[in-house]
Amino acid sequence: MIRLENVAMRYGRGPEVLQDVDFELAAGSFYFLTGPSGAGKTTLLRLLFLSERPTRGQIWLLGKNMASVSRAELPALRRQIGVVFQEFRLLDHLSALDNVALPLRVAGTPESVIQEHVVDLLRWVGLEDHLSARPSTLSGGQQQRVAIARAIITRPGLLLADEPTGNVDDTIALRLLYLFEELNRLGTTVVIATHNASLIERFGYPTIHLRDGRVTMRPGTGRKG
Amino acid sequence: MAGTATLPLAGDGSARFLPWVIGLMVFLAALATGAGFAIDAALIRWDEGLRGTLTVQLPPPVAGGPLAQASVDQALAVLRGTGGVTAATALDPQAEVRLLQPWLGDAVEAGQLPLPVLIDVQRAETANVDLADLTRRLADIVPGATVETHGAWLEQLFQVALLIEVAAGVVVALIGAAAVLTVIFTTRTGLMIHRPIVDLLHLMGASDNYIARQFQWHAFRLGLRGGIIGLVPALLAFGAVKFVAARGGTGAADLAPELHLPVLAWVLMALLPPAMGLVGLMTARLTVLRTLARMP
Repeated sequence: MIRLENVAMRYGRGPEVLQDVDFELAAGSFYFLTGPSGAGKTTLLRLLFLSERPTRGQIWLLGKNMASVSRAELPALRRQIGVVFQEFRLLDHLSALDNVALPLRVAGTPESVIQEHVVDLLRWVGLEDHLSARPSTLSGGQQQRVAIARAIITRPGLLLADEPTGNVDDTIALRLLYLFEELNRLGTTVVIATHNASLIERFGYPTIHLRDGRVTMRPGTGRKG
Repeated sequence: MAGTATLPLAGDGSARFLPWVIGLMVFLAALATGAGFAIDAALIRWDEGLRGTLTVQLPPPVAGGPLAQASVDQALAVLRGTGGVTAATALDPQAEVRLLQPWLGDAVEAGQLPLPVLIDVQRAETANVDLADLTRRLADIVPGATVETHGAWLEQLFQVALLIEVAAGVVVALIGAAAVLTVIFTTRTGLMIHRPIVDLLHLMGASDNYIARQFQWHAFRLGLRGGIIGLVPALLAFGAVKFVAARGGTGAADLAPELHLPVLAWVLMALLPPAMGLVGLMTARLTVLRTLARMP
């Protein structure tokens, strides 16, 4: 499903922020991505959501070798990847509903289908009373839920989340994790970058640990609660 | 919300100034187009009016005083006896004075000037009149008599008109090029301003076409709006010239050319706003696609 072989990444002439990264994630698996700040977590996510290409090595995503994927094929591939950005990246000139609808509109989904699915999903994340609200009028937690709804509205094959619990209290963090688990049960591969050790321990999923640009795979410890 | 309004392009600064810039261009293009067609139409009318016409000029005697009526009658007899000539009529001296009055004004008494006698000669279009022989025979009656075919000055006028029409075409082409450059600049600026959103849309799987469509229809609307902004004052300007020319009277109004534009000219001018819209659409589309092709 996801395989990285000897992947390295550097920006410009700078040092390699990722070095000889090798790992394989099975389809439908759930992983945490951890490591200290500056270890390369965001860079690894950028490679996985096809924002960057590695300076060396090979990446297989959703059954395709990225080295042989043309630029014209990228949009269709990206539509199968949902991303929750650390800073949300919501469009403030659009309502919560239109932000969540964006991936469907980009994919050319009929408007009647969009309305139905988006309203359902926003209800599911507890924002049914904020359909027309602009992101700037929502709290941090509400914005985060809009960002998550946007990432999962297309039922992606791969969900990548960068510190999705960073701006919310523990109760909401737990609810978000349950949401990701629900999606994972529906077949989506989930990778969550987080510093929240208690969540990692509580859910007990396997971990991709990054330190100084190098990866160590840690097995899951099993669910505790 | 329709899927074609993801980028907040309408709020850009470029959206405010572009229609006015394009409006100015369309105003100039409409004037150039109208002027080119007006000159062409005027020349065609002059040519049709003068084809098969000769003007004989009999100068007044060097000693002064008016030309003797007998000499005029003799000249008319020679003309009417010439093969191919269908009519020869001496211009009424009062009519000559009236023609000169607007040019000379009221300060000069045109009737006191030593004016030549002008004879309007009509000939069959197929007739081949020996002009040299005719001139010589008329000069025997009235020394200094000349025969004017109008061909030489009409030819010069045609050349000047052609130059003006080519210049009008070049002006329109330059205006088109300026419009293209303006749209390229505006579109690139829009892409830079909205780069974070464009990146986000790419990551969501938006194709280059999806993003280009938003820029192209935005540019189309601005081009169309600018075209209308420019066309309205241009039409008002043509209306003003037509009004002044039609009003007649005395003074400068008499010297204003009669504005007669063919239907094609009005159609072409009416097409300027949609044409500007299409120029904006195509230019923005190609600019966006070329820029996005360089992105990952």
